[in-house]
Amino acid sequence: MGGTDAKDILGLPKTPLSLTQEKRPRPQKESHRKPDGISREVYALTGGVAPLMPSIDVTHLKRRPPPQEKVTWQWLAFTNSARKDDFQLYHWARVVNDVPPTGDYSFAKYNKSVDILKYTDDEYENLLTDPVWTKEETDQLFELCEKFDLRFVVIADRFPVSRTVEELKDRYYSVNRALLRARAQSPADVANHPLMKEPYDITRDRERKRALSMVLSQSRHQEKKDAEILAEAKRITEMRLAARRAEEPDVSANEKIGLDKADGAVPGRSVSPSSNSQLPATAVAPSTLTMADYASTLASLRMLHVYLRTYGLEQMVQAASSAVGLRTIKRVEQTLQDLGVNLKPKVPTKTVCDEHLELRKEILTLLNLQKQLQYKESEGSSHREGSYAAMPDTPKDRVFASDPFSFGAERPIKKEQKRKGPGRQADSPSPAHKRPRKMKASDL
Amino acid sequence: MESDMEIFSEADASTQKLRMLQMGRPIDDREDKNGRRRTKDVEVYVPIVCGSIAFYLGKKATEYRTHKWTVYVRGATNEDLGVVIKRVIFHLHPSFKNPTRVVDSPPFALSECGWGEFKIDITVFLHTDVCEKKLELSHFLRLNPDNEYGPVPKSITIPVVTESYNEIVFPDPFESFLARVHNHPAVHISDLPHGFNLPLSGVAEIYHQMKNGDTKDHPLSQWFLKFSEAVELFKLTAARQKVQADIAKLERRLIIVDGQPEGESSSGYEY
Repeated sequence: MGGTDAKDILGLPKTPLSLTQEKRPRPQKESHRKPDGISREVYALTGGVAPLMPSIDVTHLKRRPPPQEKVTWQWLAFTNSARKDDFQLYHWARVVNDVPPTGDYSFAKYNKSVDILKYTDDEYENLLTDPVWTKEETDQLFELCEKFDLRFVVIADRFPVSRTVEELKDRYYSVNRALLRARAQSPADVANHPLMKEPYDITRDRERKRALSMVLSQSRHQEKKDAEILAEAKRITEMRLAARRAEEPDVSANEKIGLDKADGAVPGRSVSPSSNSQLPATAVAPSTLTMADYASTLASLRMLHVYLRTYGLEQMVQAASSAVGLRTIKRVEQTLQDLGVNLKPKVPTKTVCDEHLELRKEILTLLNLQKQLQYKESEGSSHREGSYAAMPDTPKDRVFASDPFSFGAERPIKKEQKRKGPGRQADSPSPAHKRPRKMKASDL
Repeated sequence: MESDMEIFSEADASTQKLRMLQMGRPIDDREDKNGRRRTKDVEVYVPIVCGSIAFYLGKKATEYRTHKWTVYVRGATNEDLGVVIKRVIFHLHPSFKNPTRVVDSPPFALSECGWGEFKIDITVFLHTDVCEKKLELSHFLRLNPDNEYGPVPKSITIPVVTESYNEIVFPDPFESFLARVHNHPAVHISDLPHGFNLPLSGVAEIYHQMKNGDTKDHPLSQWFLKFSEAVELFKLTAARQKVQADIAKLERRLIIVDGQPEGESSSGYEY
């Protein structure tokens, strides 16, 4: 057999009898005992031949450590310390060396309950009388507390006289405090009790719940306005901090300039009519933010005492772009190019830089207006359900830019609204894939 | 201020005028550590051009010295920048010997021979009475005349010129600085408040009795580019007008769309 292999390798012609000779060795090999431990097919993958070199004995692979103990599983009865009676149930238990498992039922420890204090009548007379609460009510309250483990919502429901949750809590906790104080050996012992350290304040609890319900019930509109105002306040405080940190005495004057500009801008703008669409609020807000940005940039430029005009322009452009997303910035640059204006002026004199900055600001306003218009028109069109007529004034392909700055949470709703108008679907592909088309002069 | 008086005590006429200056100007109580006052609402700017001119050496070129080039910082109208700039440092590529080249007097230019194009960092130091901070610029040295339209044949007589315009801005200059330079041609002042009395330029001459550092007669001056804001300004104004017109149009449309009642249904749908 080795001879034919060698001849194969060398490529020598085999003898005419070789064919029959090859067939016989093969079935012989296969009738060798396949080794234990691995399946026949896997063994065949390795060529069906015993390894040339000694390797790991395959039987070693599946061996387990010989069991030291005798383990069996038995169907046994057990007791549960959490039960008040002696009722015995059965379950499978792992028995080791004929010793059944010891210890309490493993789930008994989860049966927690609250220790409700019980007061005597004397104690009640002395400590616990209350103008609003009768003894019976208090007794009932305590009974229910015990029964329902201090779940006040349930207790309030079951209470025969209608009382609010806060009132019940208040009564329960104040009774407890009085009792604790009375029963304590010395005030010091009790001082560490959580009830003493943080007593239940009914008015605060009521306030908290009211505030919580207000926040939860806020419409999205409100949420946005709140977020904007907070962001603006943060910006103003940051600006003030930055100005204060500078060491030059110039700071106070510049700060005033900056703040005046910012404050002057804010009241004027924040009185925007909160109409049915929240877009005006969001569209206007960036301009209030950027006013503060410009002022602070100007202040920081002044602080330098010397700077290059190009650097100054860069900073102001950055201030203008700080409140908008990357996509808007790209659109501004594209518009500049379309108008034949250099993105960075070739002759940056004072006038040229000022004009350039003003142009950028105006382009931002223009883009904002475009978005507002798109939004309004799509809002309008979603009402015209099922209309198959082409909208005369609606520009084609005006798909919604999912601009993160304006539309945040509104996005999912908008997409559905878009799909409702089949007349538009013919024109516009799915919003998710298309980028907004820039408005050209011919559109207007 | 006493210190200012001492500096100018040599010229009597100027002390008179300085007093006028101090009376005429609304008092700024912000002084820096040296007791110098800054003027608010006056901006001083110095237009400069930063550039390079490179000549191909032709037959005289060797493997490592194919071009002779000069990098410089000059006044935009070729005026003497020595009035504000004290020193310019050109940071060359490390492959040059002593790559940090210092130029202490105008004209602030540096010539060298080389073969490679690289970014030159330029640090500009101003006179101490102007500003204690330094300015950083950078300029990419171009030797190759090839442009976006394709290769250009090399010439020995016509150099490759790259220049960029900029302005050094002093938003709140020191009074003494302002007094010194306000009549100098290299320096421009904007937003001069009404009734601002400045002494005559006799003061400036005390400082600059040295040789003229302007670049009007510089050997390379024939290649300097002229920068005019007119073209750019024209484009910008035109662009702004167009954008403003577009904004007006959109605002009108918005008003119309707002006015339209919602739920306007079209004929197509019938239940």
